[in-house]
Amino acid sequence: MSDSSNRILYCRCAFSQVVPAKTKEEVLERLCSSGRDFECVSDLCEMSARRDDRLGELLEGDENVKIAACHPRAVKWLFHQAGIPFPDGGSVEVLNMREDTAETIVKALIDE
Amino acid sequence: MKDSKSPIQVILYEGTGTALTDPSDRLALMANLLDQGYSVRRVSENASPRENEAASAIIVLGKFSEAAPEIVDNSGTTRIETRDTTGLSHESILEQVEEARESLDAEQNQPGANGAWKPWFPVIDYDRCTNCMQCLSFCLFDVYGVDDEKQIQVQNNDNCKTNCPACSRVCPEVAIMFPKYTSGPINGEPVRQQDVERESMKVDITSLLGGDIYSSLKTRSEKAKSRFSKERSPDKALDERKRCMIKLQQSGIIPPEVLAELDLESLPSAEAIQQKAKEVAALQNQQG
Repeated sequence: MSDSSNRILYCRCAFSQVVPAKTKEEVLERLCSSGRDFECVSDLCEMSARRDDRLGELLEGDENVKIAACHPRAVKWLFHQAGIPFPDGGSVEVLNMREDTAETIVKALIDE
Repeated sequence: MKDSKSPIQVILYEGTGTALTDPSDRLALMANLLDQGYSVRRVSENASPRENEAASAIIVLGKFSEAAPEIVDNSGTTRIETRDTTGLSHESILEQVEEARESLDAEQNQPGANGAWKPWFPVIDYDRCTNCMQCLSFCLFDVYGVDDEKQIQVQNNDNCKTNCPACSRVCPEVAIMFPKYTSGPINGEPVRQQDVERESMKVDITSLLGGDIYSSLKTRSEKAKSRFSKERSPDKALDERKRCMIKLQQSGIIPPEVLAELDLESLPSAEAIQQKAKEVAALQNQQG
């Protein structure tokens, strides 16, 4: 069931259509049927704009974090802009739903 | 949107004392909640406990085998509502969540709703930014500012004009992203050498306007200075801004649809533009 060493975060990009709908639907579907615990946010950009305190909570702790969202460069600096340092040591991995297939994303998220 | 208030957090609890939700129902519920602007966490018995809960309001949904428990945050910082979803349709669960949100008095920026704010604002890549202040100099709407160390930063993202990526186009280092933009590198795609070369060309285009937009406005303003100071005519100031807008439109840096929606009356005055140009020049001098 859940792998406590690996936290999963999924961004819905709900305020925009820049992430292909098919990809984000399929990734969410696979997460929902995986039996894993995971975290979903409506839109990371919107949270960053609000300097949402929960952004810090999403990255804190000893667990590795895998984020299914968009371009890694954008995600890294979205967190930074919200005042949340983004670890460079590889404990956070950003998976790009704008570019990669759902299969690739899911494999990286849960099929380790 | 600039405050740090957290909207509501929904927890889909499927641990002890609850029945599991069918995966297809789980998907439909989660997708619906996310599309309404909620954050959702699926929590089972195996979930790692959170030391701190950043959300100020939480709704816990579950198919509870007994009555939905009352949960209280002993620290008093988080308000929590629980709802039993046994036998409820997705629509009914959404209604329950909305009702709970209202009872918790929690804010919601709902995607697509009337008055919803689209998260359109610049994001700075500090691995690339050289603190040249071009963006600060260029932006007419005070989106940018500097911190105590004179480091450029995005300070007023609400001021940014939706769908306008103009500042990223004048950035010589391709350091400004708009994650909601459709194409790279403005959307955050990796920057290639040809992108840097292309952006440099765009800066040259702005230099045709007189160094930057503020310089252009300033030059125009100085030419008309005597007339302005004598007459202080709002109409003439507006005409001046309109002419500048036409020139911006011709440059292609700001999308025409964005320019068309600009309220010229809301643009800074010639005096304000001159003052800002002086401030930016002073900052640039401090940078050496």
